[in-house]
Amino acid sequence: MIFIGPAFEELNMSQTITAPKVFDREFLGVRARLIELGAALDRIERAAGFTGGDPRSEKIRHAIEILLGGAADKAEQIQLLFSLPYEENWRK
Amino acid sequence: MYFFDPHIHIASRTTDDLERMARSGCVAVGEPAFWMGYDRASAESFYDYFRQLTEWEPKRTANYGIRHYSWIGINAKEAENTAFAKEVIALLPEFLDKPEVLGVGEIGLHKCTKNEVATLLELIDLALGRGEQMLFHTPHLEDKYKGTRMILDLLRADPRVDRSRVCIDHCEEHTVRLALDEGFWAGITLYPLTKATPERTVDMVETYGAERILVNSSADWGPSDPLAVTAFIHAMRRRGYADSFIRRIVYDNPLAFFNQSRGFTFTPPA
Repeated sequence: MIFIGPAFEELNMSQTITAPKVFDREFLGVRARLIELGAALDRIERAAGFTGGDPRSEKIRHAIEILLGGAADKAEQIQLLFSLPYEENWRK
Repeated sequence: MYFFDPHIHIASRTTDDLERMARSGCVAVGEPAFWMGYDRASAESFYDYFRQLTEWEPKRTANYGIRHYSWIGINAKEAENTAFAKEVIALLPEFLDKPEVLGVGEIGLHKCTKNEVATLLELIDLALGRGEQMLFHTPHLEDKYKGTRMILDLLRADPRVDRSRVCIDHCEEHTVRLALDEGFWAGITLYPLTKATPERTVDMVETYGAERILVNSSADWGPSDPLAVTAFIHAMRRRGYADSFIRRIVYDNPLAFFNQSRGFTFTPPA
């Protein structure tokens, strides 16, 4: 195992910029993306033939639950949610 | 700031793009052989494509002061027909011997089939037998995690592999740690929808560090941006990183990785 972590001895943003400043920078972008998400879901749900039974709907609901959780790796968890499973013994 | 784009498909880009890249500070590019958007009908088509990558594109980029390096291989999307793939693999040594060729790439998996794996094993064997560096394409979207794990399994199983001479490309949040933890280089591709954004790439650098990270545009014939590396530079600056630090990611890292190839020669800009 090789050590992985911030390197080059520079401080990362989380150590040099305060949370309120990060929030100020990100807030409008997050707000805009949430509205886009809401509008896209509305668009899907009002389209002819919508039943809610598409398995992708369940994935989206699950992804939103991940966002509501407090984990520090939400992006990674969502990536894994949308990934096919890996089988350890695939070569057999 | 001077930078490398270590993975871009120049054959799919216009000279206008090359001029904009040069004006933005790009001094060198790495161009892996890939799927050109259609399945080629014969190995001869690959032969011409490899000539394009090793003869014509270096001249075209040189007109703009950009050094061009290439990777030679057969992509996973055209590797399903193993007999056809064998014909193409037989062409590779001639081109791997040419100057400014960095190694075998981009090779890897697409839908992670048995045939893709069979072809990939042949390509890995060819590369290791010749002492070549390797550049791995990891699959798209839902196949990425599984395919990346499978590629790492194949590499782990071969004791000849020098992990410091292998790049696992198109890493994202769920795969970058896998590559770095095992000592490989990790490429991160900036794509508007299907891969990483500049902001997420900075997040990954902050989380996993900048050692062995290669940031690239992988700009090709589809939605992509040949100036994507400059968007990453801008995102780093917005977070307060010094240019001296950013340069280590976009210039020093690819220089160090490329420099391990025997076909690599480079004179830094004054």
